[in-house]
Order: sequence, then C-alpha cells, then structure tokens
Amino acid sequence: MIQVLRTVKYEAERVKGFGREIMSVPGCEQLASCIQCGTCSGTCPLSVYMAHSPRQIMALVRADFKDEVLQSNSIWLCASCYACTVECPREIRITDIMYALKLRAIREGAYPKRFPIPILAKEFSRMVRRKGRITETLLVMRLFLKANWRAVFGAWRQGIGLVRTGRFVMRHERIERRAELEKMLSSVEADDARAAAKEVQ
Amino acid sequence: MKYAYFPGCSLKGLGRAYEESLLPVMAKLGVEMVELDDWNCCGATAYMSIDEKQACALAARNLAIAEKTGPYDLITPCSACYLVLNKMKHYLRDSPEIRSVVQRSLEGAGLRYSGGTPVRHPLDILVNDVGLDVIKEKVVRPLTGLKVAPYYGCQLVRPYATFDDAWNPTTMDRLLATLGAEVLPFPLKTKCCGASLTGTLPKVGLRLTYILLREAARRGADVIATTCPLCHFNLDAYHDQVERRWGPVPVPTVYFTQLMGLAFGLPARQLGLHRNFVPMKPLPAAHAPA
Repeated sequence: MIQVLRTVKYEAERVKGFGREIMSVPGCEQLASCIQCGTCSGTCPLSVYMAHSPRQIMALVRADFKDEVLQSNSIWLCASCYACTVECPREIRITDIMYALKLRAIREGAYPKRFPIPILAKEFSRMVRRKGRITETLLVMRLFLKANWRAVFGAWRQGIGLVRTGRFVMRHERIERRAELEKMLSSVEADDARAAAKEVQ
Repeated sequence: MKYAYFPGCSLKGLGRAYEESLLPVMAKLGVEMVELDDWNCCGATAYMSIDEKQACALAARNLAIAEKTGPYDLITPCSACYLVLNKMKHYLRDSPEIRSVVQRSLEGAGLRYSGGTPVRHPLDILVNDVGLDVIKEKVVRPLTGLKVAPYYGCQLVRPYATFDDAWNPTTMDRLLATLGAEVLPFPLKTKCCGASLTGTLPKVGLRLTYILLREAARRGADVIATTCPLCHFNLDAYHDQVERRWGPVPVPTVYFTQLMGLAFGLPARQLGLHRNFVPMKPLPAAHAPA
C-alpha cells in the first residue's frame, strides 16, 4: 500500500525570529553550527520515546518552527544527563537548548494541562523561592495535588517505606535569611524587566 | 585538611544516609568539613527551566557564602548540586550580562562572588587529596569477595567534571578496589537512571532504572555503589515497582561512602544502612578482622 509517510512543513507554520531568539540565550549560541549528524539522537537514552529526536528538535528550532517544538514531548523527556552535550562534535550544548525551550514552553503555557513535568519545575521553583530549600516529600505531595491526586494511591507503599526508614520529612527545611534570598531574586527580576522594557523601545 | 561543605537539600531529606555515612568516613580520614552557613537550594535541574538568571543567583549565593567561609575548596556530594554549582561558575565567567545582573543581586545581600572557590566531589577529594594509600591504612574489615557494580550516574561526570572521564570514569572503581571489594566491569556506569521521570512519567523513568538493575543482576553484583542521592532513590525506593513490572532484579544499592564506612569497621546503623528499602546483606563474618 502506498501512503503518505512524511508531512510537509509550510512556510506559514514558521515563527520568524524564534531560532535567533533561542541562539541568543547564553550557552545556546553554537546551535547555528549544527551539522545534523544525529549523534545527539543516537546517544540520548530517552529519544526512543520522543515525538521528535534531539536532532530534529535542533533543525526545527533553527528553522523557526516554534509551536511544533514547544508542544513536542521531546523537550520534557530530556532528563539532563548531558550525554548529547558531551558527544556533540560541534560543541552544541543541547541540554541547555532543551532548558531554554522548556522555559519558553512554561512561560507561554504551551504544554498539556496537568502534565506533571512542567508542574514539578514550577512547584520546585516556588518552594525554593519561599523556603530557600526543598523538602522532597512535601514537593512530591504538592506535585500529586496539582498534577494527579490519584497517583497518591500508587505511591502509598513508597510513602510507608519512607516513614519506616525515617526519611519522610513533614517539616519544611528552610533557610534563615529568606528575606535576603527574596531580595536577590527580585533584583534579578527587576533587572530583567528593565532590559525587556529597553528592548521594546 | 579542611574543606567547606555544601550538603544540598537531598542529604537532609531522602538522601540523609549519604550524609550520615560521609561525615564519619571523612572524620576518620582527618578531613575537616565546615558546613556553609545558611546555604540554599542549588536550583537543581528544575530552576533552569523557570529562569536562567535566577538559577545563577541561587548558585552564586552559595558560592559567595563559601568564599566568605574561607579559602577552602567546596565539597559537594550530590551530583546535581555538583553539576549546577560548576555550571553556574561557567555561566558567570562566560556571560558578562548574567555576571552583572547576579553581582548586583548579591550586593544587595552584602555578598560578593569572585569565582575563586573550586567545587569538588568527595570522590575527587578522597582519591586525589587524601590518597588511596591513606584510605587503605584505615581499612580494618576488607570487603573481600563483595562484588560491586560501580554506578556513577550522569551528572557527576558530565559535562563539567575535570577529575574523571565522561563515559568511563574509574575513580570509584579504584577506591572500591582499595577497600578490598571485587569491582565488576559495569558498562552502564554513566547511563541515566531516569532522574525525576520515575515520579513524573513512571513508564519511562522506571524502564531506565530497570535497565541498570538488570545489568547489575546479570553481572552477579552483590551490591550497586552509587554517588548520587537521586540515583540511589530510583534504584532503591522504586525497586519493588521495577520488580512488579519486569521480574526479580535482586541487587541492593548503597552509597560508596557506606561501603567505605563498613570497610573502616563502622557499625551499619551509624552509616544509615538501615534506611535502605532493599537491605544490603551483612558482610560475612569471615570478612571481620580476626
């Protein structure tokens, strides 16, 4: 049987400037020199699950296919093992490009509702900002609450095991100088806002 | 020998057995560790996908506190903390934009970052500063006959580590051999354990964990030695879920520091070995000193 095996990309699906935007992120500059060799896809332990292999993601980013990239499951499957980054013959920091893409997908809400990975990142950063430290058991409970409360039932055995081994921490770990940390993070935010305003002018 | 010490959140939580074993082992070797005052979370992998500059600021606060502590190298036992702190040093060095934003934020907190503190893993310190000969002298209960699969995980050796190879590191192999253990060839020693995917996408994450456990079982390992709290959690606390899906993979996982402690004759409980889900068999009496 003959059927269509490849879809054709259209000019209209491109968001001009997206590739350039990603390549301007510190650490992502080398993307321009990608030779599409596929070493990243070959070395990636998660690529078998990915809708687009890392090599395809690199090509799509460079060609401005913003929506396709930000909605791809590939960026969330990246577990930051840095195998691709170490192997890339063009020294492209693929893991860091994945971070830049995750960041934009979160800011633009371009991920499936209740998808646990971006929710974990958001809850993680919220806890760090409020407490200065992470209490893992409380973070996981927040994740369940926000992403899939039914998952609690699947995890009861593990929860009991953690209690038994004295690792189930219910009290928040936190730093003393939380105000100092908050001031620092606000200062970074304010600088970013100023820079963004300047760019608009 | 004196060092600054950044434990990281995990060593106070799920990975507390790592700290419980690291501290007495280092003390036994005469390594003094000063915990950073009021350290904060390194940002791990998650914060980078929220905000790059804030992630740098988080790391920079710790590094600035380390500089204030004194002219010591910083011991960072968790692989994620080790990677992130080293990575942010690169960012702060390479990007003038990030450096100026982060320095401004530090000034407000009365801190300063100069980039002078080396961030190092205990494996590096043990083998390259303390030395295997000194470690050997402390061994009172050699791990003779114990077959160990050395598992380094990913973030310890990639991409910022300078003390060992990115694919075939051998520091821990040599350390374990010094303790008398039989170190197995373990080709998956730097393959990803699944990281937080075990919790967020179990189908995917657990498979990566399973691949490691299966390989260790196949090679006849008595135990897997790990260097990272997240690797340990995946291989140990998800062990029953892996077995329910794929069948028996009867290998426990412990921290390399716990094996050191056993070889130094410290009691298992003091090393946090009772915190394992999958318990390690006690060393045969034959291994005890006569």
